[in-house]
Amino acid sequence: MDLRYSHAEEAFRADLRAWLEGALPGLPAKPSPNDWPGRRAYDTHWQRLLFEAGYAGVDWPVEGGGRGASAVEELIFKEELERAHAPYVGVNFVGLLHAGPTIIAEGTPEQRARFLPAILRGEEVWCQGFSEPGAGSDLASLRTRAVRDGDDYVVTGQKIWTSHAEVADYCELLVRTGPEDSRHKGISWLILPMDSPGVDIRPLTTIAGSTEFAELFLDEVRVPVTNRVGDENDGWRVTMVTLSFERGTAFVGDLLEAFELLTSTVDVARRTGAWDDPGVRRQAGHLKAGLDALWALTRRNVSQAARTGIPGPGGTLFKLAYSETRHELGEFSLGLLGRAGLAADDSGGPGGVGTLPARTVLEDFYRGVSLTIAAGTSQIQRNIVGERLLGLPKEPVAGRPR
Amino acid sequence: MDFELNESEAELARGVRRLCAGRYPLERVRAGEGGPRVVDRDGWRALGEAGAFSLCLAEEAGGVGLGLDEASLVFEELGRGLVPGPLVATHLAAGLVGGAQDGTVVVGLVARPPAGAGALPTVVEHLADLDTLLVLDEGGVAALDPASLQATPLGRPLDPLTPVWSLAHLPSGEPVAGPEVAAGWLRDGAVLTAALQVGLATWSTDRAVDYAKERTQFGRPIGGFQAVKHLCADMAVRAEVARCAVQAAAVTVDEPDVGDASVAAAGAKLVADQAAITNGRSAIQVHGGMGFTWEVPVHLAYKRARVLATQFGTEAALAEQVAASLVTPSGGGA
Ligand SMILES: Cc1cc2nc3c(=O)[nH]c(=O)nc-3n(C[C@H](O)[C@H](O)[C@H](O)COP(=O)(O)OP(=O)(O)OC[C@H]3O[C@@H](n4cnc5c(N)ncnc54)[C@H](O)[C@@H]3O)c2cc1C
Repeated sequence: MDLRYSHAEEAFRADLRAWLEGALPGLPAKPSPNDWPGRRAYDTHWQRLLFEAGYAGVDWPVEGGGRGASAVEELIFKEELERAHAPYVGVNFVGLLHAGPTIIAEGTPEQRARFLPAILRGEEVWCQGFSEPGAGSDLASLRTRAVRDGDDYVVTGQKIWTSHAEVADYCELLVRTGPEDSRHKGISWLILPMDSPGVDIRPLTTIAGSTEFAELFLDEVRVPVTNRVGDENDGWRVTMVTLSFERGTAFVGDLLEAFELLTSTVDVARRTGAWDDPGVRRQAGHLKAGLDALWALTRRNVSQAARTGIPGPGGTLFKLAYSETRHELGEFSLGLLGRAGLAADDSGGPGGVGTLPARTVLEDFYRGVSLTIAAGTSQIQRNIVGERLLGLPKEPVAGRPR
Repeated sequence: MDFELNESEAELARGVRRLCAGRYPLERVRAGEGGPRVVDRDGWRALGEAGAFSLCLAEEAGGVGLGLDEASLVFEELGRGLVPGPLVATHLAAGLVGGAQDGTVVVGLVARPPAGAGALPTVVEHLADLDTLLVLDEGGVAALDPASLQATPLGRPLDPLTPVWSLAHLPSGEPVAGPEVAAGWLRDGAVLTAALQVGLATWSTDRAVDYAKERTQFGRPIGGFQAVKHLCADMAVRAEVARCAVQAAAVTVDEPDVGDASVAAAGAKLVADQAAITNGRSAIQVHGGMGFTWEVPVHLAYKRARVLATQFGTEAALAEQVAASLVTPSGGGA
């Protein structure tokens, strides 16, 4: 086991750090949280800058337009961006962390050439159309139908919780191509252009008051068969590839952000005198030890990915442990703000204390609440750990003999 | 960076696991329950021959010349094997107390209670097995002859494989090392104790999962019920997160430029103590009434975890230590 970075890795870090110092001051002001077109423009501009500097798709293969570096360099990349307070992936999340890696792994050469460079250059934004009103945790029961008609699929159905749908150009869409009750065996993975006729997007407001996700109504939308990734009815396997990335390394930036939030929270506690309370200090100590342990698990997962090329089961363990810890951290921070945390207002209202605005604390708090639901609830992750890692009996499914 | 076991590390761990399975089968370990002596001298020497105590000692001094990295892997296996005895103390004493490194002597260790700690007696583990008792405080390490001590054996020890004695008075002993060694021992002892805890946490998980597959109720294996399955899943997560924390702390001690080794050690022990204790409790729960019997061994890991949680830093002290590292010089207003 070795936690030291090699000379090449350190050189990569030093170059990146120098570039960030030059690039960050020139960025425009951050758009307000609910200005989605503004956020798209901001996030894609940043992605474009990364691309021009050679930092787009650090661990993507060179053929895909990436840098072809290892998972370790990707980790350093995320570490340095967080350290420098660079913009988060934002609306590029699905393109960079789901759809892109899936197309790399499962796409045709034409699909790779068509879609990967545009993601890396920040030209095209993706969203994820997996969940449906009737198919959340039980994703395999999805019902959005795709019927073959010549060179097209004709797609009809409804998706929900589609993050960033309002500003996306493409959607990774799971559809039913097999018989109604075919479950895992009758799903296909399609690339849906969001401007296709018959796509209707209706934003939903989150508990944070943001229109971050939306409902997607699909009415006889024509999608070319050439937009299918993987074989017909083999979409479940393709999906598992995508999900292993989502649960694998996608939360690294998020974890590093959590360290920052904890440090800022402690600064606030020292200003307000709360830090004199041993109970507060011990809670902070537990949270720090917990985050450090998750950072160690991250490095374990990244090292495994660097050896094998794909994230292992450690991603599921991480997702489960991290989302719970993150939620605790949100409760801790908000609790310490006390009555100053009663409004997410930075200007006229009670505001936050010192360096930590109430807006940041509340946004982090809401994020903590969402993490145990999004990308598979904690209960579903426990089923996965119990069944796939520990070999315990599988959950019963109605209509399937036990 | 490659934070994954390399082939020789993996082989080392497998070797110790085999040794434990051969030398320390559970029935043999359990034969010592409740007695004043639990250290099997032949087994102890076998551990010594395998390098369990001399792993971190320099080759010039007759050791193996490896680091805490490897030692933490060995101690995880010893924890998983429920091997009784003052393992961490004897490891730390290698090179300082003759015979510790090859397992021909058994060395114990006790932290000197801080001045004004009140009326609580000093409690020492494994006294009847010891050839030397070391006393650790911030000022250094001192050695005592166990036979010279006025000690009272305590009845019904929490862990039947960790017999304990009470000392009304702890003499100052003969100084054998200074404050620097003491500081290093507090840190390394925390990591190795945490590694034992990871082993216990893993053992408890394995026992619970095995039983959950085997025991049926309502016509199904109980592991098919989510209330049980999720207990098991959480146990596996806790053990794995703690394992990563402990191994990272061990590597940080060996490669101090990668982080603050003392904070990493304290944090790892905090997480590992919690994992071992919570998993011990959960393993009992999964076993139902059987779990509350003396016969079924799951209580042993729970009890051992509670013993180890009192050594090399308690929850409060460790949490405070880690919290102090969060205080940035620029932060705060006072
Ligand atoms: C912020 C956010 C962003 C999201 N973004 C997207 C996106 O971009 N694209 C997308 O496709 N989806 C997205 N999702 C959807 C997310 O994946 C689903 O919400 C999630 O999988 C749960 O599905 P559900 O909401 O239908 O809840 P349900 O499946 O109805 O679950 C309700 C409750 O029942 C529990 N439950 C269900 N089945 C079981 C079981 N077998 N065992 C034990 N408990 C069970 C769940 O744990 C949960 O507590 C997002 C969700 C959130 C919160």
